[in-house]
Amino acid sequence: MNNNKKVIEVSDLTRKFGKFTAVDSISFDVKEGEIFGFLGANGAGKTTAIKMLIGLLSPTSGKATVAGYDVYNQSEQIKKSIGYMSQKFSLYEDLTIAENISFYAGIYGLTDEQINDKTDLLLKKLDLENSRNELIKSLPLGWKQKLAFSVAIIHDPSIAFLDEPTGGVDPITRRQFWNLIYEAAENKRTIFVTTHYMDEAEYCDRVSIMVDGRIEALDSPANLKSKYDSATMNDVFIQLARKNQVKE
Amino acid sequence: MRIFANFILKEIYHITRDWRSLLVLICIPVIQLFLFGYAIRTELNNAEIGIIDRSKDYITQEITNKIISSGYFELSAYIENEKQIEHLFKNGTVKEIIIFEPDFAKKLEKEGKASVMLIADASNPNIATLVTSYTSSIIRTYQLELNMKSIKANTIIIPEVKMLFNPELKSVYMFVPGLIALILMLVSALMTSIAITREKEMGSMEVLLVSPLKPQMIIIGKVVPYVVISFFNSMSVLALSILIFHIPFEGSYILFIFESLLFIITALALGILISTIAKSQLAAMMISLGGLLMPTVLLSGFIYPVENMPLVLQWLSYLIPAKWFLIILKGIMLKGLGIEHLWKETLILTGMAIFYLAVSTRKLKIRLE
Repeated sequence: MNNNKKVIEVSDLTRKFGKFTAVDSISFDVKEGEIFGFLGANGAGKTTAIKMLIGLLSPTSGKATVAGYDVYNQSEQIKKSIGYMSQKFSLYEDLTIAENISFYAGIYGLTDEQINDKTDLLLKKLDLENSRNELIKSLPLGWKQKLAFSVAIIHDPSIAFLDEPTGGVDPITRRQFWNLIYEAAENKRTIFVTTHYMDEAEYCDRVSIMVDGRIEALDSPANLKSKYDSATMNDVFIQLARKNQVKE
Repeated sequence: MRIFANFILKEIYHITRDWRSLLVLICIPVIQLFLFGYAIRTELNNAEIGIIDRSKDYITQEITNKIISSGYFELSAYIENEKQIEHLFKNGTVKEIIIFEPDFAKKLEKEGKASVMLIADASNPNIATLVTSYTSSIIRTYQLELNMKSIKANTIIIPEVKMLFNPELKSVYMFVPGLIALILMLVSALMTSIAITREKEMGSMEVLLVSPLKPQMIIIGKVVPYVVISFFNSMSVLALSILIFHIPFEGSYILFIFESLLFIITALALGILISTIAKSQLAAMMISLGGLLMPTVLLSGFIYPVENMPLVLQWLSYLIPAKWFLIILKGIMLKGLGIEHLWKETLILTGMAIFYLAVSTRKLKIRLE
């Protein structure tokens, strides 16, 4: 992490829905090649923030650039430089593994030749060569998530946004999943990942903790733990959340 | 373009994987055609009638003969006693009773008019309307004949009942255009609204929107396969109606195809509009069924004539695209009309297509931000 080039820059980014402020003037930077953990409880505003960064939602105020492009008017360029894995969706259930791969590779403009190579490579890596023509719905959830992640970065984006990628997956598969993330983070690829599993926060280079629409803490897991005098990230998180409740 | 082809391919996988639904989609129109064509018949075949002839002269005799020989009616009984009328109707023995007033022929000669009363069992209003209108048309024909005779005494006139546009009053003629409208509405609007909300419900819409695909492209990609299916359906219904039910097709096929495409576009726009409102597939289905199919069936003139409805419903029916499409289809198929007669309806339909397309793309944009 000796690289200081910033690939995501956010300052005072705010999103209101009517009178409700979902994201309240957040500011942070993400450096190239970093695994950036974006933590927070459910409803803290993580998904709203991520949607503004990937161009699904326009901000109410504030500034943000992703891969050097402005989120207000350059979302087309942003879309080409990022990969996105949503929490709700993994892959099309009624399509086969190979069809899903070639569909996603196709909509990102890869050529047939590239698609074939990528598909072979990917299936080999995930040990799914024999299931190539099986429907996604026959796969266990953990495999789907791993495949969905690999598909989300099939076009080699410089930044990958992962929204709760490991939701509902068992601990062993989560560990395997994080190995994939580490692998993907090589070659300077930036990973922006949201999660509410605090043990996963330990795997990140830096984490931000969001409480009620604001970023309450941002540092490396080790620094945070010493600052809040806690043994685990879970304790750090509980302290922050409690502090906020007391304030109210 | 390659990217778009890729998207269409995915849609085709979706549709063909679910081959049961596809089968239903393709078979339903055919089944409906046969149901409407054979089961729901509103034309007459040997309807039983009773006659009370208080005059018993040559004219009433001739009219009776004409009615019976028409093939639509069968004489069940000459009734002498009027008290029997109620009894006969209650038993369901007859569908209609014809009463000639006394001195029918004499009155006709002297006063130039004589009256005949037609009583029908209106517990089945459709049949009651049919039998009375058949009978009166036979009598009217006979009256014309009489008039001709009085001018040219020796000419023999062959009786001819002519019903314009649907000479045999075959109900299937009326049903086929309505059925085509219904099927196009069903497949285009219902299926597309469901297909689009499915992506939303599953969350895959987000992933697609984050990709370089343009939102319009996603919608068009989702819609194209259903255009093809509904077009195929309308063609198969048309072909079967011509081959099996011998429905006439007087007008231009090119105009038919053009107008069908126009209607499909309108229906698709409505489907997209629904998908922007509905949050789930189920909601999309309920809105499509309640908001589109019901009015299409009830208010378009498909089954119930719009002219007989209360004024409020008549005004409401102007808003139903299917109403105009139906007028156009009947005009093309049964009357052989060209665009010079149908331009007004076509214009209205075009206006609707543009309006709904504009509204739905607007709503779509708002939703995607």
